[in-house]
Amino acid sequence: MPDLEARKVIELGYAGNERLVMNMGPQHPSAHGVFRAILTLEGETIVAVDAVIGYLHRCHEKLGETLTYVQYPSIASKTDYVAAMTSELAYVLAAEKIGQIEVPKRAQYLRVIAAELQRIASHCLWLGTWCMDMGGALGGGATLFLYCFRERETLLDLFEALTGARLLYGFHQVGGTRYDLPAGWAERCRSTVDLIEKRIDEYEAMLEGNAFFLARTRGVGVISRELAQEVGVSGPLIRGSGVAYDIRRVAPYSSYEAFDFKVPVETGGDCWARYRVRMVEFRESIGIVRQALEGLPPGPISSRPGVKSVGQVRIGKGEAYARVEGPRGEVGCYLVADGSAKPYRMKWRGASFSNLAVLPHIVPGHKVADVVAIMGSVDPVFGEVDR
Amino acid sequence: MAPAVRDLIAAFVLLNGVIGAVTYVTLLERKFTARMQSRIGPYRVGPHGLLQPIADALKLMMKEDVVPAMSDRWVYNLAPLAFLLPCVLVFGTIPFAPGLGLADLNIGLLFFLAVSALEIVGLFMGGWGSNNKYALLSAMRAVNQIISYDLPFIFAALIPVVLSGTLRLGGIVEAQQGGWYVAYPVIGQLGFLAYLVAMLAAENRVPFDILEAESELVAGFRVEYSGMKFALIQLAEYAHVIATSYLGALLFLGGWLGPGPGWLGAVWFTLKALAVFLLVTWVRWSFVRIRVDQILAISWKLLLPVTLMLLLAAAFVVAYQGGGGVA
Repeated sequence: MPDLEARKVIELGYAGNERLVMNMGPQHPSAHGVFRAILTLEGETIVAVDAVIGYLHRCHEKLGETLTYVQYPSIASKTDYVAAMTSELAYVLAAEKIGQIEVPKRAQYLRVIAAELQRIASHCLWLGTWCMDMGGALGGGATLFLYCFRERETLLDLFEALTGARLLYGFHQVGGTRYDLPAGWAERCRSTVDLIEKRIDEYEAMLEGNAFFLARTRGVGVISRELAQEVGVSGPLIRGSGVAYDIRRVAPYSSYEAFDFKVPVETGGDCWARYRVRMVEFRESIGIVRQALEGLPPGPISSRPGVKSVGQVRIGKGEAYARVEGPRGEVGCYLVADGSAKPYRMKWRGASFSNLAVLPHIVPGHKVADVVAIMGSVDPVFGEVDR
Repeated sequence: MAPAVRDLIAAFVLLNGVIGAVTYVTLLERKFTARMQSRIGPYRVGPHGLLQPIADALKLMMKEDVVPAMSDRWVYNLAPLAFLLPCVLVFGTIPFAPGLGLADLNIGLLFFLAVSALEIVGLFMGGWGSNNKYALLSAMRAVNQIISYDLPFIFAALIPVVLSGTLRLGGIVEAQQGGWYVAYPVIGQLGFLAYLVAMLAAENRVPFDILEAESELVAGFRVEYSGMKFALIQLAEYAHVIATSYLGALLFLGGWLGPGPGWLGAVWFTLKALAVFLLVTWVRWSFVRIRVDQILAISWKLLLPVTLMLLLAAAFVVAYQGGGGVA
């Protein structure tokens, strides 16, 4: 009697105390990648969530041991493929720390420009997909999604002009950057960020004047300050919970101390607070890009130019941990070098991985629809979670 | 010709007209949305994508019809029909112009509201019969939502009835000779607004599309449907949207009334219905979906009292002025 067996599983109790176990993912329209949340429901209310990760595991850390310092940066972009520049930067920073390699000022500024443009592009994707989670692919969410993608496209065009690639760049190398700005790029970049700044006002007008958007985000998925610190979330999540923690400020790298920018902090801890933090970050990043273009020093772009073969860069023995502030939070790379052209061991600290750990603490008690809103506001990228 | 044969032919023409209109309304919506989202929309099939709906229909017809192994077969297979039937049946009572309609019943509005409320049976059958957790949750939501929103929808639709003093749809239009009900001070505008909101909810469109809610429930009650059954559900949904758009145009925007010769009436009516439809589409593509508890709160705490008050106000005005209808 297979029929009866199957029925037994899906029966719902009308007394409200019978539970339904529902899978959200790994294949699901709102999953940002392959993520499986096993939800236990009482009616519409979630009483428990079990997060299953690992579907996108590609042995990245092992891979890092088999590739040289010249090869790996362009693979590092595949951990967090939405913000490829970030993980590349963390890797080369760690290698430079071990080898005590100097990075020319111009290269540092170029790195800042790339990182901040990447942050804007990543936040564009976050806003679009998050709204699509809440608004539906057949609704207002899709409209905002397409608007955000229109803007992200202009940024990808910039990256394409800079590196020749649109998603995974290989822009950074140990000792500097691989490419200098092409002719006319700075002008084009300025006009692009000007346009995006205007468009961000439009998004805000469209969302913040919308009572339904407010109803879906305010008070949903509250991460208290204590919880945020205990779990170790970073990036917009911890700043949305009232902690002014930004690596660019607390441990500046790549000349970030030379730039003038605000670290937005919201105290609400809910989806709305995280949204506000990211919206301010959009503008701050645009400000940093402008400053960097303005004050871009002349000079070489790498202290080790003209690398001919992949084994040419060797780094002395040592170990180092380098961290950068990615769009999703603290991205760290731990390297152990043994003096050869390849690291002996590499370890990633993915921002999404640590941020995702907060889900089981905040999801229970919410409705099914809130799961996607919370997931979207956490903004995980599963390439980075599973590596 | 025997009246029965004549009616059969008329019903056949109407049914096919509705189906044809619905397929092209989807194209209209896609084009309209594309413009909103700075896209072009369907463009490849035929000039300006005009044959796209036909291509879509053909594709759906040729698709494999998958029936889930553990489904409740009878319920599952009947659900699309049970959903489609009321959505198409309501067209029977709409007078598109004086004398142009299948049956201008003397209880036309009652018939319309009663029959269109039956769609919930099809929705629930689909959700239950699929034997899928997403579909089941969606069916639960459907019952919640439609019970909550049919009341304000009916109350909003009753305002013109009170003002005109008739349930006959043709009669309601004739009573608007002196002025469309949307122009009726306060009651008309608020009533139309309430009607639009309740209509969005009754049709399960964003922001009230928690039944479909593809980011949570994948596709809700229709998640297991494919091929022609899926097409029937889609057809029914759009037929219902068009029917309620026509009803809105009829109740508040004066139906076929408009300048020009009498034969233009049907054109005016259709244009007004399309205007209502595009208004609803515009809302659909600019809002985010709200949560099930918030939907219920809006219905019971806001919409229901407001429509009830409006209905009472309309009744009071009519009683004060004496007799049904506004002069």
